[in-house]
Amino acid sequence: MGHSAPWKFCKVIKMLYPRIIPCLLIKDKGLVKTVNFKNPKYVGDPINAVRIFNEKEVDELIVLDIDATFKKREPDYNMIEHLAEECRMPLCYGGGVTTSDQVQRIVQLGVEKVAISSAAVENPNLVTEAAKCVGNQSVVVVLDVKINSMGDKCEIWTHNGLKNTGKFLPEFALHMERLGAGEIVINSIDNDGKMKGYDLALVEKIRGSISLPLTILGGAGSLHDIGQLINKYGAIGAAAGSLFVFKGVYRAVLINYPNRAEKDALIKKNYRTA
Amino acid sequence: MIAILDIGMGNVKAFSDVYKKLNIPSVIVKQAEGLNNASKVILPGVGAFDHAMQRLEKSGMRQILDQMVLQRHVPVLGICVGMQMLAGSSEEGSLPGLGWIDGEVKRFNSLSTGHSLRVPHMGWNNIIPSNKHNDLLQGLDIDARFYFLHSYYFHCCRSEDVIAVTDYGEKFACAVNRGNVFGVQFHPEKSHQWGIRLLGNFAKS
Repeated sequence: MGHSAPWKFCKVIKMLYPRIIPCLLIKDKGLVKTVNFKNPKYVGDPINAVRIFNEKEVDELIVLDIDATFKKREPDYNMIEHLAEECRMPLCYGGGVTTSDQVQRIVQLGVEKVAISSAAVENPNLVTEAAKCVGNQSVVVVLDVKINSMGDKCEIWTHNGLKNTGKFLPEFALHMERLGAGEIVINSIDNDGKMKGYDLALVEKIRGSISLPLTILGGAGSLHDIGQLINKYGAIGAAAGSLFVFKGVYRAVLINYPNRAEKDALIKKNYRTA
Repeated sequence: MIAILDIGMGNVKAFSDVYKKLNIPSVIVKQAEGLNNASKVILPGVGAFDHAMQRLEKSGMRQILDQMVLQRHVPVLGICVGMQMLAGSSEEGSLPGLGWIDGEVKRFNSLSTGHSLRVPHMGWNNIIPSNKHNDLLQGLDIDARFYFLHSYYFHCCRSEDVIAVTDYGEKFACAVNRGNVFGVQFHPEKSHQWGIRLLGNFAKS
């Protein structure tokens, strides 16, 4: 022996990796970042951001058009096509999707996953219909959530956090799973843009209730926060907006993402395989 | 010329971008006529099994593809649901598949795994080559990882058709090859440097 390859000495992960996912918000064709779903700040051009994320070999990308549902308009197919053409990583698009024809059209434009949010609350059967056309692996349900004033329930909101649906976690997420969703993204309105860490109590509420892949968005302010999530939940989706578009305490706009060595170190440190 | 089939099931542009980057000529093909000059074929796919089979039938390319692959032995690479279409049947649908590699597509929860796995299998995972000499997998080292997005997997009738497996609770075939027919369950077009390598290997094979 004596000359074994170096990799034999360290544990090579032979399992599904956690996903570290930048989430980009689009408003009036520009890239924006919000705080608590309010005060969208212009941070640049979406295509330019995608190109930088390509170079950084990100795991996945989520792009949400936050105007579409609010203004009751259709998804902007030209923009989606352009995005899909640029993305060298898997892309999840959301915003203004209300019919299974739209889901199918977006997949045909080259998008791997389509996110449904307010339409899934208003018309849950859409999830089933969409899954029939494109397969459940490509149907993502994004739930924007807020802890209620009593502090004891997790409410689902729509229309950029302005409309309370009267639905709750984890029950509604499980309902979505049964109807054919392929992934649940939990987006914390309370933590959006705060960069003070994920709401782990919220993750705890839902993680055990569903058997779909789960992605958490809202609150990540450092790689340490992402490490914490991975440490506790293993192969989970750790999404973040502010973390990957701002740098430093003054929130200077700088598209960033851990390089492969940094990412692997973070995973290795925190990911305990079964 | 590598023909990338566009039956409206997935990101054909991502494949042509990779080949442009590699300086390898490729063309996106929507109709049977486009296949005349093809020396290799890529069958991409995002979607449900029956839907994909229907779209292939409707495209009018089915007959010429059968002839190219089965009689003229033109190399073909199925991606994701495109790989599953190579099988005879799928638990996801009721239509027959292409039947180019003997096997059946099964849903993940029919794996008798001990622990609770989340389905779909979504994200980056390693591959473990069972046939290191296969052209498709050349140069893909221990660290190679690929993006997966699927709830169903290809169960091969013959174990020698499996060229790589992936561990998701149990090991399943993530890459298959029999003669001129290749399939991968993951998305090489969205798997950064490792995917580019694999698509380059297919072009050279």
